[in-house]
Amino acid sequence: MTLTPLLVETLFPNGVSHYLLGGILIGLGTAVIYLGTGIHAGASTFLESTLSYASKLSRFQQPKFIASRDWRVVFTLGIVAGAAAYSLAVGEFGWTTEVQPSRLFVGGILIGIGTRVGKGCTSGHGVCGIGSGSKTSILNVALFMLVAIGVAQLVFAMGVRP
Amino acid sequence: MSTVSTETAEDHESSPWFLPLVFVGGFLFGIGLAVSQMARPEIVLAFLQFSDFGLVFVMGGAAAIVSIVFWTASSSDLTAPLSGRRYTRRLKSMDRDVVVGGGIFGVGWGLSGICPGAAYASLGIGNVVILYGVAGMFVGAYLQGYLRESRTPSGSTQPAD
Repeated sequence: MTLTPLLVETLFPNGVSHYLLGGILIGLGTAVIYLGTGIHAGASTFLESTLSYASKLSRFQQPKFIASRDWRVVFTLGIVAGAAAYSLAVGEFGWTTEVQPSRLFVGGILIGIGTRVGKGCTSGHGVCGIGSGSKTSILNVALFMLVAIGVAQLVFAMGVRP
Repeated sequence: MSTVSTETAEDHESSPWFLPLVFVGGFLFGIGLAVSQMARPEIVLAFLQFSDFGLVFVMGGAAAIVSIVFWTASSSDLTAPLSGRRYTRRLKSMDRDVVVGGGIFGVGWGLSGICPGAAYASLGIGNVVILYGVAGMFVGAYLQGYLRESRTPSGSTQPAD
């Protein structure tokens, strides 16, 4: 017996192949949009640009949101449709989370604030920014990762499941 | 800096293939989030709680593909066929907001196990409960816009994000 398979099994109890395949597909989706349009597609600007349809606040009425809001809606619909198509194809459609709605809602509020103040999220900073070798993104991702690990461990230690 | 001004103007003059292509890109992106199971908050929480480190390969795999494509295209003289834009890297300016925002996002991500893209995909896999999270994100995005606007005198423009 060597140590390596045991270590791999401990760190990755569900294997790595579907994670890597998923990551490659996320990268390809981003690359397709980039090669066609030159746009670095991130997922969180959708929140503000979509608010520009409904809110008169000049923060949301900035030209960069007005100009991009249509394709950002299409991008988001594409994400929803792609995930739906896959889950229907493999018979996993209809899965629902056990995470409490209050956690989702409060977490969502903090995510809405944090990604917009911080200029990006897991896709904008984490994929496009890191893929660009941006020091700003590397710092942002390292920070939100460390904070998230701390908070998730704390939640777990307090006995909250899942 | 110069990328900011071009970002606003050219989306309007796009080809008829612009939106279909964005949809295809989003579609692949959504399949990736479903295949990797990142659309499930439980999987993200398992990563953050150190019981399954697989998510390293999701972000790592995506960033690897993107870095190859971004670096290759941005070092060429080519422009994007559907918009005429130059290929650039995503380089945002560093300031206090990046740190504050990253910290706040981290608390939200660690608490809930969701992030914007994964939440949209989660809706796609039929996880209707995620609408609590998506609703929260819109509330949060509105709140920061409202608070920023009430703090800055009208007429002044925010630096581009």
